[in-house]
Amino acid sequence: MKDTLTQTTLSNGLKVLLKEVHTAPIISSWLWYRVGSRDEVQGRTGVSHWVEHMQFKGTEQFPAHILDKAISREGGSWNAFTYIDWTAYFETMPADKIDLALRLESDRMLNSRFLPDEVTSERTVIISEREGSENEPLFLLGEAIQQTAFRIHPYHHEVIGDMADLHSMTREDLYNHYRAFYVPNNAVMAVAGDFDSQSMLARIGELFGPIPAGSDPAHLARPEPPQNGEVRLSVEGPGATSYVQVCYRFPSASHPDFFPLTVLDSLLAGPSNLNMFSGGISNKTSRLYRALVDKEYVVSVHGGAQATIDPFMYTITMTVHPKRKSEEALAALDREIQRVKDEKVTKEEITRAIKQARALFAYGSENITNQGFWLGYAEMFADYSWFETYLDKLSVVTAKDIQRVANEYFKPQSRVVGTYVPREGKS
Amino acid sequence: MTANRVNSLPGPDDIHREVLPNGITVLARPNFNSPSAVITGYFEAGALFDPDEKLGLAEYTTIALMRGTKKRTFDEIYHALESVGASLGFNTGVHKSGFNGRSLSEDLPLLLDLLSEALTMPVFPKSEIEKLGAQLLTGLAIRAEDTGDMASMVFDKIVFKDHPYSRPEDGYPETIQNIKRNDLVKFHREHYGPRGMVIAIVGAVKPEDAVRQVKRALDGWQVKGQKEIPELPALKALKKTVSRHHRIAGKSQSDLIIGTNGPMRRDPEFMPASIGNNILGQFGMMGRIGDVVREKSGLAYYAYSSLSAGLGPGSWEVNAGVNPQNVKKASDLIMDELKRFVQEGVTPDELADTKANFIGRLPLSLESNGGVANALLNIERHNLGLDYYRRYEGLVDEVTAEDVLNTARKFIDLDKLAIAVAGP
Repeated sequence: MKDTLTQTTLSNGLKVLLKEVHTAPIISSWLWYRVGSRDEVQGRTGVSHWVEHMQFKGTEQFPAHILDKAISREGGSWNAFTYIDWTAYFETMPADKIDLALRLESDRMLNSRFLPDEVTSERTVIISEREGSENEPLFLLGEAIQQTAFRIHPYHHEVIGDMADLHSMTREDLYNHYRAFYVPNNAVMAVAGDFDSQSMLARIGELFGPIPAGSDPAHLARPEPPQNGEVRLSVEGPGATSYVQVCYRFPSASHPDFFPLTVLDSLLAGPSNLNMFSGGISNKTSRLYRALVDKEYVVSVHGGAQATIDPFMYTITMTVHPKRKSEEALAALDREIQRVKDEKVTKEEITRAIKQARALFAYGSENITNQGFWLGYAEMFADYSWFETYLDKLSVVTAKDIQRVANEYFKPQSRVVGTYVPREGKS
Repeated sequence: MTANRVNSLPGPDDIHREVLPNGITVLARPNFNSPSAVITGYFEAGALFDPDEKLGLAEYTTIALMRGTKKRTFDEIYHALESVGASLGFNTGVHKSGFNGRSLSEDLPLLLDLLSEALTMPVFPKSEIEKLGAQLLTGLAIRAEDTGDMASMVFDKIVFKDHPYSRPEDGYPETIQNIKRNDLVKFHREHYGPRGMVIAIVGAVKPEDAVRQVKRALDGWQVKGQKEIPELPALKALKKTVSRHHRIAGKSQSDLIIGTNGPMRRDPEFMPASIGNNILGQFGMMGRIGDVVREKSGLAYYAYSSLSAGLGPGSWEVNAGVNPQNVKKASDLIMDELKRFVQEGVTPDELADTKANFIGRLPLSLESNGGVANALLNIERHNLGLDYYRRYEGLVDEVTAEDVLNTARKFIDLDKLAIAVAGP
């Protein structure tokens, strides 16, 4: 059964994508804003994520505590995510209850209150969220690497923001950010599930149409200049386990090289799943697993590619074997990286990577929440056709393409290598 | 065209259940909306069989199953799986061990072949077993630094004192180091077998084909002398509140758990406890606990309660991650809420909200193949009846505020709590 897709833009600039899926009496509604930590300057790092939290604190019409209870009462599931490039809100509801989610989202696009008391109590909640992350060695290491890799581009800080800014930001900082970016012409509404597209579009028009367009928000334009030399750093912390992360520059999702690199990621480290709700598969026959885990340099290795607006990073994360040194693990990794630069990969490896991608897509489409996710997600860095043609673009990748991108992107002089050095700090 | 709510829930008319001659129960439900399928199930080789000095043996054995079989090497097994984007993995619980796999439906025969080989003819190659040992020990070193994991272990030691449930299934470094290859071989020989095994298959496959495929792969599996699961000893109730703080230096946040025992899944108190728990620490933004600890006081990013109910005695606990300086403040707030919960119970509005939530969210929890497969296993494991999800609304509806209060009072004694903290 071919699902029906509708795409349109309201007169206030809100882009709407609707996909009818009649497999279960469920509808998933996703509202995406083109705002993330890339839109933050120093002194206000973390503001996008904090604004996302404040969106759950209520409006006149839906005061806090009424809001969450109303969704839960109807059996809905809802949440929000802030990323470097975007902020997204979703509600997945029994189909006959979706109107509540639509009314809520249209209301809080404009009318969130940001009461001073709520800002105060949320400040410590977010500080607590950050403290929880700081318990994790890989958060500490990842943050240090990101700050090093991006000196100019605002990708340089973590989405949650720097602790200093979480202490000093004001209610006005938050509200101004909200008003600047939460306008219909900066948003995409994506709905998937058990509905009739015409009625759904009419209802979205009624609720969102009256919201006035705002000025097109200005996004920071500070491209990261080329890196001219490998940077190495270390972070010390509690524990007994060493980690090494190696980060290479990675192109934006809309760049043609994204696709050969995706195949390369798959055969090196196992496929990264861009899909948020359906997990991945094991990577035990990937090249890096065979060379690093089987040979006992590390106990685990993973690769991470992400779809972003501007060039970001490809990260290889290794948990070092207790009997090895970090340098040995890195040297073993480097031998494998050199191999993909020197020798063409086999046709069989490419075919395999494409089948893996096809399977991951099939798993993701079991779930309506995920279908709603994909509708809007691809719009954040390209458009929905990026998603629809994804497998086709992978299927034309050749061994020559892979060798070329391996040489172009996996350059030692443009990478950051970070090591987590455990202090064995037990009391 | 719209989908029908009740008929979309699994029921006797669309769940196929069949018991094979060797004792394996097969449950299948078709879903042709996506060209994929999941298999999931369990068998009677859980951590209850572990000797104390070799704690972690059941888990070590299940993880080692796919490190080589009589037919394929480790690399050949994973090459077959990963080449088609499929996955298969094993896990261990206290009573049972289990497996989860998924693939495109065209590759389901492969998935079942690999499952069968892993269960019936593992060879536990020495070099692979040694590699796994190092990986397990690293996992335990990471666990030792995880405030959530360590608080949970400390909590279980208090609540399930002298009971097998107090033991972590993944063992301790010294018990893992005691385990040799021969222990795995012996554990597999004595405890693996078709009796008590259940397998659920959900996805783009007709139920009769699913059963045929399971038969082809596992019908010939016969084991003589498969050991019976040992009887659980009685649980010793707490006589007073016990608090323990496990120090982990250098952390920014502590994990706090306050709780007690909970009902078993088959107890009549399960549903009232479940509804009460939702009001206490789940509903909306983490219920009453989330409201006071997170929303009103801003002390924690997460603060919630949970009920864990299985084949034996369960636990009922409140968890929060807080700044080390705020542990006392958060504990006091949680204690106040527990007190209110056992003294005053829940209001009619709260009860109505939670009932609506339970009934409304059911289709969402069953929207993926994995969700349905887990629901089928839940039915089988606890003997709930194939019509359980169709009857569910009635079961929720009949719970009264008095039932919730009586259940809360039966299980939560404010003077007999377990309090576990892990952090600086």
